Amino acid sequence: MTPQLTELWVYLSASPLLGLTLTLVAYQAAFWLYRRSGFHPLANPVMLAIAMLAIVLWLGNIDYRRYFDGAQFVHFLLGPATVALAIPLYAEWPRLKAMAGPLLIALVVGSLTAVLSAYTIGALLGASRASLISLAPKSVTTPIAMAVAEPLGGLPALAAALVMLTGVIGAVSAPYLYRWLRINDDAVRGFAIGLAAHGIGTARAFQISAQAGAFAALAMGLNGILTALCLPWILPWLERLGGR
Amino acid sequence: MISAITLLLAFQLAGEVIARGLGLQIPGPVIGMALLFGTLLLRGGPGDELRQTAGTLLQHLSLLFIPAGTGIVMYGELIAAEWLPLTAALLGSTFLAISVTMLVLKALSKRTKGEQGTQP
Repeated sequence: MTPQLTELWVYLSASPLLGLTLTLVAYQAAFWLYRRSGFHPLANPVMLAIAMLAIVLWLGNIDYRRYFDGAQFVHFLLGPATVALAIPLYAEWPRLKAMAGPLLIALVVGSLTAVLSAYTIGALLGASRASLISLAPKSVTTPIAMAVAEPLGGLPALAAALVMLTGVIGAVSAPYLYRWLRINDDAVRGFAIGLAAHGIGTARAFQISAQAGAFAALAMGLNGILTALCLPWILPWLERLGGR
Repeated sequence: MISAITLLLAFQLAGEVIARGLGLQIPGPVIGMALLFGTLLLRGGPGDELRQTAGTLLQHLSLLFIPAGTGIVMYGELIAAEWLPLTAALLGSTFLAISVTMLVLKALSKRTKGEQGTQP
């Protein structure tokens, strides 16, 4: 690079402008590809955008924290967006109320399935204790997963990464599971993806319909609260069972 | 639009204050959502402006997860060290959790619908 270009690069990579612009460009490029593919589940825009950004950060030798200095303006909107979930929830309130019993039972069964199956599969294949504890809350939203994993002996950073991967896996695989299990009700589709794949799953559900989004939001919120309350009780019991 | 965003931020702020004040593990925005939901139930539905702003924000919810999601790049080594059990656990458990939840919910809601159907 010429000295002038180097100077420009030094300026840009230190300013929040670059991280913010990269995020928006990656999202739009990913969404364009998603549309071009005819909305193919494997062309999930969140997954593609993250992959593109990972490559750009690696090629440009940009530190993630520096990238986040800019991208945090987008990240910040997660707060008001979470509050805004109250509006679709209100719109679906009559149906939510009518299904309250089945929803609560599905919540408890689904939440236990997520925790127990992640722990068991990890333990059978020889994951370390810290990894198993970080895996257990993988289906709930990042701040809860990190807060729950740490005091129990998990690694908050690993828990956050596993939560993100779970969200992407859920968003990509759910359409196949809908088809395979012949689930046509948007309420059922949304509830399951929100429970198992938190916010990224809820974002995917809003692409199906507002109703799927509302049920996903409800499942995400309830599973977050349930896991935060129950995991500190379940985990010691699991560890005794596994002889650890 | 500005008044709707102000309202959302005010509820988030109230949620954060409650979460910190009471030392809860539940994130502030989730409490803010519950507060706004309660307010809507008590005072009737959202106005057009709030509905439109919320709709726009939620339509692009995927975008908002990209900065945090890209954080995976920082933990490549941690995950690579135990990639087999972690990958298998994530894939297996996510498929299972989605499938089991859907099958339970489908079976239960069919039964309640059936019961309602048999009533005269």
